[in-house]
Amino acid sequence: MDAATWGLIIATFVACFVEMVEATTIVMAMGYTRSWKSALVGTLAALGALAVVTVFAGYALANWLPESALQLAIGGLLLIFGLQWLRKAILRSSGRKAVHDEAAIYKEEVAAAKAAGQSTGSIDMFSFMVSFKGVFLEGMEVVFIVITFGLNADNIPGASAGALAAVVVVLIVAIVLRRPLSMINENLLKYGVGLLLASFGTYWAVEGIGIFRGDRESLDWPGHDLAILGLLVAWLVLSRIFVAVLKTPAAPAVQENVAVEVEK
Amino acid sequence: MKFLKSFGQFWYDFIIGDDWKIAVAVVLALVALFAVMKADVLGDTALTLFGGVAVVVAFAISLAIDVRPRRR
Repeated sequence: MDAATWGLIIATFVACFVEMVEATTIVMAMGYTRSWKSALVGTLAALGALAVVTVFAGYALANWLPESALQLAIGGLLLIFGLQWLRKAILRSSGRKAVHDEAAIYKEEVAAAKAAGQSTGSIDMFSFMVSFKGVFLEGMEVVFIVITFGLNADNIPGASAGALAAVVVVLIVAIVLRRPLSMINENLLKYGVGLLLASFGTYWAVEGIGIFRGDRESLDWPGHDLAILGLLVAWLVLSRIFVAVLKTPAAPAVQENVAVEVEK
Repeated sequence: MKFLKSFGQFWYDFIIGDDWKIAVAVVLALVALFAVMKADVLGDTALTLFGGVAVVVAFAISLAIDVRPRRR
């Protein structure tokens, strides 16, 4: 395998790993507090729905859209995902946002599961729906990442292998530990994936604007694919500058007036 | 109707997520790039660099809105 293929596999592995950890936390909370059967049926249903979406979206994107339109649509989505992750990483590193904590999320999900009424049927609809939604929502981001990275590198099997490996690793760790995967430094992983998605997203979205030209040809970055590396360095440097500038002072009197978000 | 609402909510959660400003920032940056491209005053290299800078500026503004001091 060449370096590009390894890079592709590693990128999709890390992105999928982060999403899988989040989905696993939700499913485990439902399984331990309500019904393993319903949580697992919900998970399988979501995986089935994701498989169907992957096949249709992959086929449609690869065959129906002109290249520049594909770049604009996919690049725009990746850019939004990437900048959202980067924003959270910057706010967390600068002390303006609570650090993502799988153990705290697990507790919240458990509390919600206990608060919901008991189900009377053979399938507990609360567990089913929460597991389905959690796995489907987290999985959709993975699907887009796998399809876009795979299409661009002309190597969908390589991208899928990276994602599949992450699913297997997270499942093995979860089964062995039987508790939320809070020991994983998810914030650092998300920061890395955010940088990757923001760089690829910027590259493709800007290229794809060419769809609105008379010849519908993509814009051409200087240095072609090498520009992605330049964008990666630029986003890394900029994010560190943002963290340094936004670092909150320790004095509580000042912190009172600063927007601090607390979220999952 | 409930299905449509849930369907819309799913796509909103998926694309917009918990911060609408990022999606707006990306759209505005791309609209700015589109406008400059249509003006036909820059070549490809300058256009791509303009697009990259526009995305960075829009992202910085959305961050600035996030961290601005709140009025009591």
